[in-house]
Amino acid sequence: MAIRNLLNGQFLNRSSVTGARFMSSWFRNIEPAPKDPILGVTEAFLADQSPNKVNVGVGAYRDDNGKPVVLECVREAERRIAGNQFMEYLPMGGSIHMVQESLKLAYGDDSEFIKDKRIAAVQALSGTGACRLFAVFQQRFHPNTQIYIPVPTWSNHHNIWRDAGVPIKTYRYYHPESKGLDFSGLMDDIKNAPDGSFFLLHACAHNPTGVDPSEEQWREISSQFKAKGHFPLFDMAYQGFASGNPERDVKAIRIFVDDGHLLGLAQSYAKNMGLYGQRVGCLSLLCEDQKQAVAVKSQLQLISRPMYSNPPLHGALVVSTVLSDPDLKKLWLKEVKVMADRIIGMRTTLRENLENLGSPLPWNHITNQIGMFCYSGMTPEQVDRLTSEFHIYMTRNGRISMAGLNTGNVGYVANAINEVTKSA
Amino acid sequence: MASQNITPSPTASSDSVFAHLVRAPEDPILGVTVAYNKDPSPIKLNLGVGAYRTEEGKPLVLDVVRRVERQLLNDMSRNKEYIPIVGLADFNKLSAKLIFGADSPAIQENRVTTVQGLSGTGSLRVGGEFLAKHYHQRIIYLPTPTWGNHTKVFNLAGLTVKTYRYYAPATRGLDFQGLLEDLGSAPSGSVVLLHACAHNPTGVDPTLEQWEQIRHLIRSKSLLPFFDSAYQGFASGSLDADAQPVRLFVAEGGELLVAQSYAKNMGLYGERVGALSIVSKSADVSSRVESQLKLVIRPMYSSPPIHGASIVAAILKDRDLYNDWTIELKAMADRIINMRQQLFDALRARGTPGDWSHIIKQIGMFTFTGLNSEQVSILTKEYHIYLTSDGRISMAGLSSKTVPHLADAIHAVVTGVA
Repeated sequence: MAIRNLLNGQFLNRSSVTGARFMSSWFRNIEPAPKDPILGVTEAFLADQSPNKVNVGVGAYRDDNGKPVVLECVREAERRIAGNQFMEYLPMGGSIHMVQESLKLAYGDDSEFIKDKRIAAVQALSGTGACRLFAVFQQRFHPNTQIYIPVPTWSNHHNIWRDAGVPIKTYRYYHPESKGLDFSGLMDDIKNAPDGSFFLLHACAHNPTGVDPSEEQWREISSQFKAKGHFPLFDMAYQGFASGNPERDVKAIRIFVDDGHLLGLAQSYAKNMGLYGQRVGCLSLLCEDQKQAVAVKSQLQLISRPMYSNPPLHGALVVSTVLSDPDLKKLWLKEVKVMADRIIGMRTTLRENLENLGSPLPWNHITNQIGMFCYSGMTPEQVDRLTSEFHIYMTRNGRISMAGLNTGNVGYVANAINEVTKSA
Repeated sequence: MASQNITPSPTASSDSVFAHLVRAPEDPILGVTVAYNKDPSPIKLNLGVGAYRTEEGKPLVLDVVRRVERQLLNDMSRNKEYIPIVGLADFNKLSAKLIFGADSPAIQENRVTTVQGLSGTGSLRVGGEFLAKHYHQRIIYLPTPTWGNHTKVFNLAGLTVKTYRYYAPATRGLDFQGLLEDLGSAPSGSVVLLHACAHNPTGVDPTLEQWEQIRHLIRSKSLLPFFDSAYQGFASGSLDADAQPVRLFVAEGGELLVAQSYAKNMGLYGERVGALSIVSKSADVSSRVESQLKLVIRPMYSSPPIHGASIVAAILKDRDLYNDWTIELKAMADRIINMRQQLFDALRARGTPGDWSHIIKQIGMFTFTGLNSEQVSILTKEYHIYLTSDGRISMAGLSSKTVPHLADAIHAVVTGVA
């Protein structure tokens, strides 16, 4: 009787619910968390009613009409997949097919490491998930180490290694005066770190600055890493998206493996295949031999099993369908070049507009930098003015997502930037 | 000549930083399917992992799921942008309604925070990490036995795992006294993991009266319930009936956590769709809880995958699709109940010694046969029947054709003639 009353919404007699009514929440002391600095920008943008509003916050590609894009190669892949696949659990390490294609893309179709089965690789939840798996792996097998991350870096890198329990150290990277690379600072920090340190490197299109080392500089970095015995973990979120050419964008990694480094690599398909919400990526670790690769992969699976058991199927099917079909892969290469070219075009246009407005400041860094983002050099106060006066949304570190610019708004944005910076 | 006395330099080839790693053991559950796949025998039977199979032994994608997938595919207005950190809003709301009931006072009073999770595993993990960060008591009690992955999930989340008695081998039923004693002596505020229905691996569930007593004890000891709901609708065939224990706890106004999975009841296994709901005392607490859940999720995978959640939301929000789903769901549950009956009848027909009524008393995907690990080993080696070493069989892996083979094998190991 009592049970039926309960389920009909009638509260039990006080005496039989000892204490429950009079206890306050177990969670009453929880503080409201601060908004994520990047994703919070889009939330604020969406809430803004102004017809002129521009979102150059989060790094998601937009076409020249400001619309999100689903690539044709992806649509075609989905047409082929729909109705033909079961939805069974993937193995813990994810789709073997998708992982194989990812390794070919990163290490080269004819990579000896792939042939010799020396790469331990698992499907991951996009770049974030790949980094997190590595961070936990690092903590577990090298518990007394730190991770060296560049200044600045994608803000979530800090959260990932912190939640994995790995202390963070930084190395110099961005040079505010030149808005380029602080190469001597970088090399000094590499030299001064203890031998055998773990370093996070952005493979291309550094986020948030867009500043990449040149090929020559990468060779020197690699050489110094060898001398110090450092471990390089590459975060590659923009292969193909930076220059328009995936082979070119992966150059740093090829330099390192040719130099004999046993590196780690986090790959993401969020941007270069437009699969943002599908959460598809791959973590790979180059090992000394096949036996070690098998051991390492099995240990990675021990990390992912208690996190999500096995990774999501759909996005992996899309990636493997696109990359393993020669025609779809060709179509993808074309589409990724279109995206990269549009962004490169916007860089040129933004810079020209600012120069034509007679801005007193130099803006060549806009075209020197590469990838989704431009580190404008604007201060948080200037960014706040952009938002409050011009309804332009970006992160307060002055990072502009170039993908949010188009022929329709680039003039407006250039004017606004000029307004807030001309008396700087 | 001098070179004969030179010892080789101790350095130098780049030693991998992971040279000291050893190969990890196979996952005890997923490893069963790995072993099954390697077996060349034509009569092999996979009763390991809990994935539904049809009478023909094939995996099943629900018809309603296929229809929705086609709809989504043809909808050119859809894109693949990042969804919010907490997942799709309508998915979250509909998932809460599914488990708590549309008229739940907790929902109406905005005291429920729901976030999309990576199926049941991911929802449990996020809940566990949240508790480790924000809850004053770091101990979680798990039933003995429980799903093999629970302990690892909560350990890695930062909680200390303790156990409470649950399964009584002698009766192959619930050790209710043991359960009450163990929970009764738990430190105040401890978290208690409860299987909402269709306990995994035993299939043994408390009766509603027993649930009422459990609820009373938990509240009087100020313990925090964390429900794992992986089989709603799949156990009895009724979504509402399978949710009763959870709704009992919500009705009396207390706080709790629930992890839901759509892997089995919607057949969405590989798409990793689930939800974590936290019911708290007030709407204000709820919104703070949500903001902190985001901080757990963001460094783990930033935001959850869109595909599976879109399918679920489409089905739950459309009355016809929802009805079609409940019909297909009931058909799966009925087939499993039928398999239980067939296996029970087959063992009785063979005169296999022992009381096998637990096969039809237990509920859900799994039966805890009561076989020991040696017997399980024989089942695998000699009969090519794959199951976990605790004697758990997935009824979903059986068909009318294969029941006799299993019954013969069980008969053989029990009578010792194997």
